[in-house]
Amino acid sequence: MSDRPLTININAARDATDINGYEATGGYQALRKVLAQMSPADCLTAVKDSGLRGRGGAGFPTGMKWSFVPMDNVSPGHKYLICNADEMEPGTFKDRLLLECDPHQLIEGMIISAYTIQADVAYIFIRHEYHLAIKLLKQAIADCHARGYLGDNIQGSGFNLQMYVHSSAGRYICGEETALISSLEGKRANPRAKPPFPQVSGLWGRPTIVNNVETLCNIPHILKHGGEWFQNLGIGADAGTKLFGVSGRVKNPGCWELPMGTPIRELIEEHAGGMQDGYQLKGFLPGGASTDFLVPEHLDLAMDYDVIGKAGSRLGTGTMIILDDQTCPVGMVKNLIDFFAQESCGFCTPCRDGLPWSGQVLGDIDSGNGIPADLKTLQQQVKFIGAIGNTHCALAPGAMEPLQSALKYFADDFQQHIDGKACPYCDTPAVAMEA
Amino acid sequence: MPTIYIDDQPYEVPEGDNVLQACLSAGLDLPYFCWHPAMGSVGACRQCALVQFRDEQDTQGRIVMGCMTPVAEGARFSMQGPDASEFRSKIIQSLMLNHPHDCPVCAEGGECHLQDMTVMVGHRKRSYRGRKNTHRNQYLGPLVHHEMNRCIACYRCTRYYNDYAGGTDLAAQGAHDHVYFGRQQDGVLESEFAGNLVEVCPTGVFTDKPLVNDYTRKWDLQSAPSVCVGCALGCNTSVGERYGKLKRIHNRYNTEVNNYFLCDRGRYGGNFVNDESRPLFAGLRNQQQRYDAIEQQQALDTLAEWCGTGRRVAAIGSPRASLESNYLLRRLVGVENFNSGMADHEAALLSQVHGLLASNGVVTPSLQQVEHADAVFILGEDVTNTAPRLALALRQSVRSKAFELAAELKIPVWQDEAVRVLAQQQRSPLHIVAMSDTRLDDVAASTAAHSPDDIARLGYAVAAALDNSLPAIEDLASDLQSRAQQIADDLRSASRPLVISGTASQSAAVIDAAAAIARALSQTDKMLSFCLPEANSLGVAMLADAQQPSFSELTRRSNNGEIDTLLVLENDLYRRAPQSSVEALLKNAGKVVVLDCVDTATMSCSALALPTASFAEAEGTLVSSEARAQRYYPAFLPAEQRQPAWQWLKQMGQQLQPARFDPLPHFDDITAACAADCPALSRIAEAGPNAGFRIRGLKVPRQPHRYSGRTAMLSNHNVHEPKQPVDEDTPLAFTMEGASGARPGALLPFVWAPGWNSNQSVHKFQSRVGGPVSGGTAGVRLIEPQQEVSHSVLPPQPVFTASDAVLWLLPLHRIFGSDELSARAPAVAELVSQPFIQLNTTSAHRLNLNEGDYAILSWADTRCEVQVQINDAIPDGCAGYGMDLPGAAWLPPDTHASITAADGGSDV
Repeated sequence: MSDRPLTININAARDATDINGYEATGGYQALRKVLAQMSPADCLTAVKDSGLRGRGGAGFPTGMKWSFVPMDNVSPGHKYLICNADEMEPGTFKDRLLLECDPHQLIEGMIISAYTIQADVAYIFIRHEYHLAIKLLKQAIADCHARGYLGDNIQGSGFNLQMYVHSSAGRYICGEETALISSLEGKRANPRAKPPFPQVSGLWGRPTIVNNVETLCNIPHILKHGGEWFQNLGIGADAGTKLFGVSGRVKNPGCWELPMGTPIRELIEEHAGGMQDGYQLKGFLPGGASTDFLVPEHLDLAMDYDVIGKAGSRLGTGTMIILDDQTCPVGMVKNLIDFFAQESCGFCTPCRDGLPWSGQVLGDIDSGNGIPADLKTLQQQVKFIGAIGNTHCALAPGAMEPLQSALKYFADDFQQHIDGKACPYCDTPAVAMEA
Repeated sequence: MPTIYIDDQPYEVPEGDNVLQACLSAGLDLPYFCWHPAMGSVGACRQCALVQFRDEQDTQGRIVMGCMTPVAEGARFSMQGPDASEFRSKIIQSLMLNHPHDCPVCAEGGECHLQDMTVMVGHRKRSYRGRKNTHRNQYLGPLVHHEMNRCIACYRCTRYYNDYAGGTDLAAQGAHDHVYFGRQQDGVLESEFAGNLVEVCPTGVFTDKPLVNDYTRKWDLQSAPSVCVGCALGCNTSVGERYGKLKRIHNRYNTEVNNYFLCDRGRYGGNFVNDESRPLFAGLRNQQQRYDAIEQQQALDTLAEWCGTGRRVAAIGSPRASLESNYLLRRLVGVENFNSGMADHEAALLSQVHGLLASNGVVTPSLQQVEHADAVFILGEDVTNTAPRLALALRQSVRSKAFELAAELKIPVWQDEAVRVLAQQQRSPLHIVAMSDTRLDDVAASTAAHSPDDIARLGYAVAAALDNSLPAIEDLASDLQSRAQQIADDLRSASRPLVISGTASQSAAVIDAAAAIARALSQTDKMLSFCLPEANSLGVAMLADAQQPSFSELTRRSNNGEIDTLLVLENDLYRRAPQSSVEALLKNAGKVVVLDCVDTATMSCSALALPTASFAEAEGTLVSSEARAQRYYPAFLPAEQRQPAWQWLKQMGQQLQPARFDPLPHFDDITAACAADCPALSRIAEAGPNAGFRIRGLKVPRQPHRYSGRTAMLSNHNVHEPKQPVDEDTPLAFTMEGASGARPGALLPFVWAPGWNSNQSVHKFQSRVGGPVSGGTAGVRLIEPQQEVSHSVLPPQPVFTASDAVLWLLPLHRIFGSDELSARAPAVAELVSQPFIQLNTTSAHRLNLNEGDYAILSWADTRCEVQVQINDAIPDGCAGYGMDLPGAAWLPPDTHASITAADGGSDV
């Protein structure tokens, strides 16, 4: 019983774990147990009891999400499970590790999850650039068919599941679950209004669950070892372990599986080795590009959803982007806003037109053409775009998070740009995104 | 009805509405863009934001979109509060980032919803310093002008064009702030309903191209409520005029008929009114066979001489002329000398339809009812080409299934995207059996193409499957038998089944079979609808009298020299009967007098030609295929000697039979006399308000408040402003002054309300958003279902066997071209195909013909050359013939023609 279950088969020095390797370390035993001994309702209870929260960024309790799927079968037809492997959040590379090193962990998790909601078709919606993972997943699915883990009457249980890998055409917005569904249907990757939620009317209008790769990878372990075991993996309020990553000017950027509740300081200073020589930590985005900056005073916070939330940011994907003292925060935020503006689906006004507007103002400030009123404009933009509900989906509010926190924590930098009519960091090229 | 609170004021609102609908219905000005009453909500523009509070204690609230928020008892909102107002202001500012400042040269200017909303929100000062995005415009055909830079990306166009109208060649392309709404490449928009983009687009991206090319601002248009003369559906229109020219036709909202949309024939076909070849003066044919323009009185004197005592006078009316004109003509010559203007076969079909509508015991649905049908069977009609707006309604009817599914999940009907996502391809059944493929095939549960005989046989088989007392069709192929059973099952299990047929197949058996199916159904809400050829086809059929001579009887009389003078009213007889027989009729008829608003082949044969006013310059009553009598009013005075046909006929009558015509000085008197003389038409006076109608003592103005330049319009002739003409025959006035606000739906010359300059202002005239016009829905239904009288079905048709020697020419109608008047409109004319024949590959191969070749068709004494199109939907032994296209020979019913390749092949 490992206390690092997600990475048990992952070793950077080796190729991906194949089906034999996976079975050798206890792979597919959870599935066999589930199919032989557990009803879908039992599985749901186990996942609910585990306290597992979605690892895609929003941290929604997984068991609760599944419980909205109608199980009465009054409306016969397909139900769908979709794995969201469209990992495009800037600075995030945790799912890639799971996909490229241990594809069967995901597939076993998906089969159990599909069984729980009684889905008969599953899709892995994967980022186009993850060529290796696509290849490995296709091989893994073929191997599963050969061993009777996929297809009709899996392991003699009467449960059927078809699984497909769908390679995305490459839009950030496809990571939004309803946009992902639209894209999978062959339509523009526009998000859909909720309600109705995908659990009721999702892919092709049928009940659908969309879960992140890492979320699904946790499922076999929870079913194998039980919810209590999973609860105890976390050292803070939240259950389980999680992949945490660090990019930016640290000595040892990378990705590690750590217990939920691990202090940020441990991640940055121990695992990532602290800042590179000559650089100071100025701030960091704790969970990807669409989370609010935190600053050194937050280093001792536990990496739990609610703790980070109370500090004014989000744990998000748990992959941190470090801002050092020689990189212009205005430039970094502009870079981020430009990314989100570019990735807007163009459906709703605040996002489609508001983000380029913010980008234009930031560009002017960054290039020394800002005026004092621009700061007010940016504050207004944050209010205008930043609240969930103001926009059609969460992309634009997410995009506002680094901006609103930068305005708070790095107000002096903005002011200097405007007062000095130039970027005070201009000697340092404004490249903040290097991993 | 739940009560909601907006800015602490309570409002009783309709259950099931969203908050935007509720606000607009309550008279509140909540700005919006992407929501459309007929298309529901998607939440794209975010303009209709309000702040919603949890309860009375909640002072923060949160931003919600009015269009996406259902009303709920006690729900509290702030519309005027600072947060909501500031948010809406930011939305407008964002929409305007890339919008060009080209209002002065934009065709939408002055009736632009974006302008209105910008003013409403109060955005005046631009703070954005960036560059504007620009786009390339596309050529989209002769009807719609494209100016993409103006786009605010509300997605209404694609939602209308694709989701609502079933188009496939317009799409949102690209992403972020470079979304592009257009075609994959330049080209004519394929949808027959593309013109509605002009009214759906809230700004000037899609504008009316003929209007753009001869432009007038909305505020400078003199308008009148009118009725489309493009087909028999009677869509309500608003005709706008300036400088004596029809400038454009817009939709006039009628909740029961055309709702918010027209077809492109209706929208653009009216421009024939501006055709310079239209006669302006009375013309008397001289010795040289040319026409001398004569004074009006001389024309009347000539008529008096030709129609006076002792002269044997006959008259031919017209299904495209008003009831009043037809009635006066009949009154003038007597029933025994009046024909309705349809050849025998067509007259028989119309009489059959009229009889069935009156006695079948089945509802003849309005288009609104059609939209709610949950199973439809079409026999013999390509509805998009014979009754176009009906096809758009049928496209909505197949969504009944989607709304059923949505109701199960409690998804409101206005949640457009959610309802579509839920239903995907699940539709209520629509079965089509036509003479070829149709433009509704993409949403049909089953489609088939057969000869009219086989369509009728299949129809009878469906009826027999529903009612086993009916004779079974014995020799039906087994696949057709099972199809008949499937159709019968779908109709039987529906709540609101609808059977559609019509005159397009020229087959009495097809019509009879459709009626038999409708009778065999047991539902109380069953419906039967017939597609009819012309704007007043049903009207003249209802006016018809048993004593009337048939067309062939008149021809016989003429050929026997029994007609001294023949009066022809707004009718080109060459479109009714074979050329040789019309030629004989006109040649042998002594003096031929033709009254028409357009120059026709028949008019060229007249001894006296009288110019009449078009629908845009006259008043009249038409009876639609729904048996709805509707009034159209003149938008402007006809030029020179043109006057409404009923005026000419009244003046003739006053000269010839003063005792019978002097009591009819005004239009309303004629309507009343017609109603009195014809029991079936007894209610036509209710079709629209009469000339005495006043609102608070005032007439309804045809010109908007801001109508400009009236004193300058004629200043090149005279600097004095002439007295405005007085309109004695209608409740409308040729002025800017008069009644405003609520009025009957029949009296909406244009829609405008303070702050609402665009057509979106129509909601200010509705009892609630999307509901009926508060002053009453236009038109009066003349036939309501009666107790069913017993019917027997016609004897079954023999099985049609294909012959090698001749092919059965099946009439294929075309939305652009098959209608006489609209095909004369220049923009429509660009879309009219040349005469064609459609062959399936087998026939084409046998005849050694290829796509684009020319073929000679021969039947009776007719030989004509047409272009070959290959269409494998054409049934074996048949060929499709482009019906009534300009230049095409008139096709008699049941024509079997021999077909050969034209000499010289395809380079003819």
